[in-house]
Amino acid sequence: MNTLIRTTARCFRGGAVLFNKPQVDRHLPCASARLLCSADIQKNLAEMVKKDKVVVFIKGTPAQPMCGFSNAVVQILRMHGVDDYASYNVLDDQDIRQGVKTFSNWPTIPQVFFNGEFVGGCDILLQMHQSGDLVDELNKLGIRSALLDAEQESK
Amino acid sequence: MAITTDLIREKLIAEIGAVHVDVEDTSPNRCAASFKVLVVSPQFEGKPLLQRHRMVNTCLAEELKEIHAFEQKTLTPEQWEKQKAQ
Repeated sequence: MNTLIRTTARCFRGGAVLFNKPQVDRHLPCASARLLCSADIQKNLAEMVKKDKVVVFIKGTPAQPMCGFSNAVVQILRMHGVDDYASYNVLDDQDIRQGVKTFSNWPTIPQVFFNGEFVGGCDILLQMHQSGDLVDELNKLGIRSALLDAEQESK
Repeated sequence: MAITTDLIREKLIAEIGAVHVDVEDTSPNRCAASFKVLVVSPQFEGKPLLQRHRMVNTCLAEELKEIHAFEQKTLTPEQWEKQKAQ
């Protein structure tokens, strides 16, 4: 718990005020997680993806993505005005990095979950964004996409 | 067997009835084996995106163990024709 508070405090101290970054960089379980067997990791993941409406596993953080595909996911969510989501940095924990691939039976990172359900990776999110499906899916989550407001303004 | 664009193409044609496959080896842009594929198959008809991508993932399950980055676009023949017309 203390580490979570420390991480959150770090967010507020630094550039977070400038960037107005409400989304949560969830702190992954620390080194002791390595002692957990894979069944525990799967159980943890099942809880992690249900904790928030929108959950992403990426390389890096929303403030500093460490991969082009992970960055694409972050940017698309930003475009839709989704800033209240949980983001897990797989580079911080190899067990999670491997475990989430087993969990969703999906070979790559980034991975996006809506309401605990696996949506897909960067390609799928991008295609959903381009087709307009993403606006609908966010709507089902009770999230109003910022693009709807932008659309109305231009009319 | 080394993963080549030909191998990927052949597998997709054989296992998911792809009628058109574009495979781009994007490894030079990244530090490890990376590929970008466009797959057109009538078997994608009526299937949501995630299911289509899972079909491709299953087809290339062995290769994906070695591949670091993988991009895919999955279209039905109808969607492919529409896209070409644009």
